Amino acid sequence: MKAALIGLGSVGRGVAETIAKKNPGIIITGLADSKSGCICNEGIDITTVLEQKRITGVCGDKTISATDVIKNADYDVLIEVTPTNALTGEPALGYIRAALAKKKHIVTSNKGPIALAYKELSALAKKNGVALRYEATVGGAIPIMHTLEDGLNGNEIIAIYGVLNGTCNYILTRMAAEGLTYEQALTEAREMGYAEADPTYDVKGIDAAIKLVILANTIWGNGTKLADVDMTGIDLLTPDALRLAEEGDCTIRLIAEAIPGKKIMRVSPRLMKKNHPLVVEGTLNALTLETDMAKEITLTGRGAGSIETASAIIGDILYIRDHYGGRA
Amino acid sequence: MKLEMKDSPGQLVAALKPISDVGGNIIAVLHHREPESSHRTLNVQIVLTLPEGRLDKLVALLKEQGVHIQRIGKERLLYKRTVILIGHLMHTDLSDTVNQIDSTGYAEVCEISMSMPAINERSTSRVTIKATNRTDMDSALAVLRRVAKQKSLLLIEPLEEYA
Repeated sequence: MKAALIGLGSVGRGVAETIAKKNPGIIITGLADSKSGCICNEGIDITTVLEQKRITGVCGDKTISATDVIKNADYDVLIEVTPTNALTGEPALGYIRAALAKKKHIVTSNKGPIALAYKELSALAKKNGVALRYEATVGGAIPIMHTLEDGLNGNEIIAIYGVLNGTCNYILTRMAAEGLTYEQALTEAREMGYAEADPTYDVKGIDAAIKLVILANTIWGNGTKLADVDMTGIDLLTPDALRLAEEGDCTIRLIAEAIPGKKIMRVSPRLMKKNHPLVVEGTLNALTLETDMAKEITLTGRGAGSIETASAIIGDILYIRDHYGGRA
Repeated sequence: MKLEMKDSPGQLVAALKPISDVGGNIIAVLHHREPESSHRTLNVQIVLTLPEGRLDKLVALLKEQGVHIQRIGKERLLYKRTVILIGHLMHTDLSDTVNQIDSTGYAEVCEISMSMPAINERSTSRVTIKATNRTDMDSALAVLRRVAKQKSLLLIEPLEEYA
C-alpha cells in the first residue's frame, strides 16, 4: 500500500519511524513538512530522510510543497498529521479535500477538519468510495472508533463519558497527590512536556470539547458543533477543592459527557469516587460508552505520545488495506 | 422503627403486612430473641421507607394488630449528593445560597466544610445536600447551578450514575 505523509512533527515522525522499523507493508511515496517536500514513487528511504530532517530541519526540497505532494505523488492513502487548528481546520482541511477529490483514502490525527467539517468530508469520501479514518483524533492509542464500528456494531450508544485530555488529568492528579496549586501543577506539566506554552486550549476544556464533538458526530451523526458544548475548565480549581474531595474519598476529574437523550453536551470538572473506573492517573485517557446491549464499556489507555498515536494511525491504514483491498 | 410483639406464630407477618398496605417499602428486618428474657415477647427492628403522610395510618394499623411500637426514628430526606463550590462564598452571602436550597421544601443543605485560605482570596467548600428522591435532587442541583452562575461561583457536581 502506498502512502503520502503530510506532517513530520511528533506524530509524523512516530508514523515514519514505525513504518521503517516494523515494515507493515506501507510504502511512503510522498512526504512533506511545513517547509519542504519530496516525492519518490518507488518509495522514499525514511531513515535517510528523518536523519536529514534532524540535521537540516527540512525533510526535502523547498520548492516542493505539501500541496504538490498531494497532487503529484502516486499514493493510495493520505496520512495527514499536521498540527490542529481548531478555528479553521487549515491547512489540513484543504489537504484532505484535495486528496478526497483524487479518490484517495484519508487517515488523520488532525482534530480541526473532523470537528469542523465531518459531514462534508465523510459525504465526499462516501461519494468517491474511499475511507476517511481518524482514530488518532480522540483518545490517542485507545481504539475507540474501531470499538464503536466493529466490536459494538448493532448497539445503540446511549451516552458517553470520559477523560479526554491528558494535560488536565496530569494537573489534577498532581494537585491531588501533592497538594500543589493549579499554577504549580501546570508549571510541572510544562516541564514534563505535557502542556503547551499557552495551555488555554487544554485547561479551559476546549480540546476535550473538540474530541466530544468528533465522537458525537461519529456516533449520532447529529451535526454537533463546538459551540453546542457547555465548557468549564480546571484553571479555577483550588488545592482545597481536591483536599475536600479527598476527605469524602473522592477526587476531581475533567469529564467530557454527551447524552443526547437528555440534551447534555458538557465538559466540566466533576467530583467522583476515587475507585470510579474513569479516575485514571497522570496523562492517561479513559472513556465509558453506555450502550443498550453491552451496557457500560470502559476503555483506558495512553491519550498522546509519538508512537502511541502512530499505533492508531497504522491501525487505520491497515484497516483500509484489509477492507478496501480491491482498490488499494 | 422498633417494635415489640407477642412471640407466637404469625405475629411477624401480621406486623409486616400493614407496611405494604400503606405503600411502604421494607429495607431491612432485624429480629433477635434474647434467651434470658422471661417475657414471651419479641423485639423487631424494621427499616423502611414510606410515602409522605402515611406514618399515622401505619401506626394505627400496627396497634390494631396488637403490636407495641417502642420507638420510631424518622429520616425524611434519604437521597444525598455532595458538591464543591469555589469562589467568594462569604461575600456572595453563603446563607442566602444555602437558603435557596432549603426553601425548596424538597431538599436541604445538611453539611458544609469550608476553607478560607486568606482574606479576599476565593474560598472552597464541600456542600452535602439531602433530597427526597433523585428527581428532587436534580431540581435542587438545577437551583444551585443557577445560583452559582449568578454569583460567579464554580460548582463542581458529582458525575451522575449512568443515564
